[in-house]
Amino acid sequence: MAAIEVRGLVRQFKKGPRAVDGIDLTVAEGEIYGFLGPNGAGKSTTVLMLTTLLPATAGTATVAGYNIATQGPQVRAAIGAALQEAALDKFLTGREHIKLQGSLHGLKGADLKQRGNELLERVGLMEAADRKVGGYSGGMKRRLDLALALLHRPRVLFLDEPTTGLDPQSRSALWDEVARLSREDGVTVFLTTQYLEEADALANRVGIIDHGQIVVEGTPAALKAEIGRSSVEIEPHDPTQLAVLERILARFGEPIATRGTSASIRLREGVGDVAAIVRALDAEGIAVHQLRLREPTLDDVFLAKTGRSLEGSGGAGDDTETDEAH
Amino acid sequence: MGAALSQQIFAISDRSVRRTLRQPAAIIPAIVFPIMLLFVSAGGLQAAENLPGFPEVSYFDFALAVTFMQGAIFATGGAGTDLATDIESGFLSRLSLTPMSGAALVLGQLGGSIALGIFQATCYFAAGLIGGATIATGIAGVVVIYLLVILMAIGFGSLGIAAALRTGSGEAVQGLFPLLFVLLFLSTINLPLDLIPITWFRWVATANPITYLVDAARSLIITGWDGPALLAGFLVALTIAIVGVLASAVALRGRLQRT
Repeated sequence: MAAIEVRGLVRQFKKGPRAVDGIDLTVAEGEIYGFLGPNGAGKSTTVLMLTTLLPATAGTATVAGYNIATQGPQVRAAIGAALQEAALDKFLTGREHIKLQGSLHGLKGADLKQRGNELLERVGLMEAADRKVGGYSGGMKRRLDLALALLHRPRVLFLDEPTTGLDPQSRSALWDEVARLSREDGVTVFLTTQYLEEADALANRVGIIDHGQIVVEGTPAALKAEIGRSSVEIEPHDPTQLAVLERILARFGEPIATRGTSASIRLREGVGDVAAIVRALDAEGIAVHQLRLREPTLDDVFLAKTGRSLEGSGGAGDDTETDEAH
Repeated sequence: MGAALSQQIFAISDRSVRRTLRQPAAIIPAIVFPIMLLFVSAGGLQAAENLPGFPEVSYFDFALAVTFMQGAIFATGGAGTDLATDIESGFLSRLSLTPMSGAALVLGQLGGSIALGIFQATCYFAAGLIGGATIATGIAGVVVIYLLVILMAIGFGSLGIAAALRTGSGEAVQGLFPLLFVLLFLSTINLPLDLIPITWFRWVATANPITYLVDAARSLIITGWDGPALLAGFLVALTIAIVGVLASAVALRGRLQRT
């Protein structure tokens, strides 16, 4: 049985666009599924629907075998979720959060205490457990958020942009814990992110969403292999020579959209072409400011499928989605 | 599945009380302001004792009942503002992902309001004793005033909760506060109904439900066991509580869209 099964899921807001526009996806038990997309693509709205907090406009979905539309309480009992922005009460301590959430899940007494201590230990918050959350760093809040999501031993875990705003060390620690949860405890993880390296490092499979639709889905390796060849990006020393540079590069491969000051192509014959490109530029008198040779990334996949770069496509759009979604 | 309703209510009440006690800026004005107003009005309006028809008690004793009403109004702000903060921060979404029932959310928040209301009332009684007040109905009357305070905390607290659930905005909830204070001043807080000299004011005070709440508490302090005053006061408090809880239930359905 799939842990998450989604068919034709739609969410249409009253005065807004179709935030989610008929998506289909399947996540196997124990899998980490990376849901990748820019701000405003529909990631958080999808999570809100799958966690039963927002009714779908159309389509069906089951989570842990339960229908999200008709079996909300069963779904909520089977899932844990850390939604965007760790929402914690700054006046309560970490341990009091555990006690509150555990009590609402029906845990009590020694069982609640033992489970709370186990999780606080696991996320490295034992020493800070009796301090008010108002004094926690962003990383500590995220780790407490994760501990709270795991309190009732969920089978499916939803993490909505869990590392946004975290320093690299905290991000890495969270990745390790998420990977361990899947590997050792068999928890299914549905992870939304706008960080390519996060999806690349953690996810068994990735679905890329844009404008509410899944544009491509597969393992990170397969998606990158689909794009295949390496690319080269060159920035001329003199920006006025960009057009000439683009014309020369076009002889060696297909152009890729870039960010304005440089030209980029997907190499037709692979890295062996680089020497010939440098010679051609030299012959035309074009001085190179920077040359970058890149292996295919998930950003290239996104670029190939949407014509835009994932890393540059964020913006204020997400505010609209978030406001309407909550 | 999940916790029993009583366990959920206790957990949410416990959290509500803890977070309130950890916000001195929220709790101190709710205690200090009504007591300060009591001593100020008792000093400034003492001459009212000489009005023909004014009860045969000190103005301090007469004004003591008003503190309990002011405390109830603070309960409106407290319960509603806390919940609005939870909505704005996403904490309500966190709670919504648990098996928490909607009833537990409202009743748990009200539990916090009741605890705060009882604590406030104890402080007001202490201030009254320090100021030399005597309670005409004795210990039994004090118990009845506590019951009235609990009912008022439920009524005004649930109105605040309904406003928070409806609007999701702390500012909107606090907008109720001045409105209720206007109602308070258009009641019998300063003079008995019969002695209000301005006709329109007397009409407004007669129609104002707060008059009956003040008069019920006041009767226990200065008159003795006054059946009609108590009946009217408790009926008004009960009506506000029913309206408030129903309004909260309706607003909750709109707020919690979970399936």
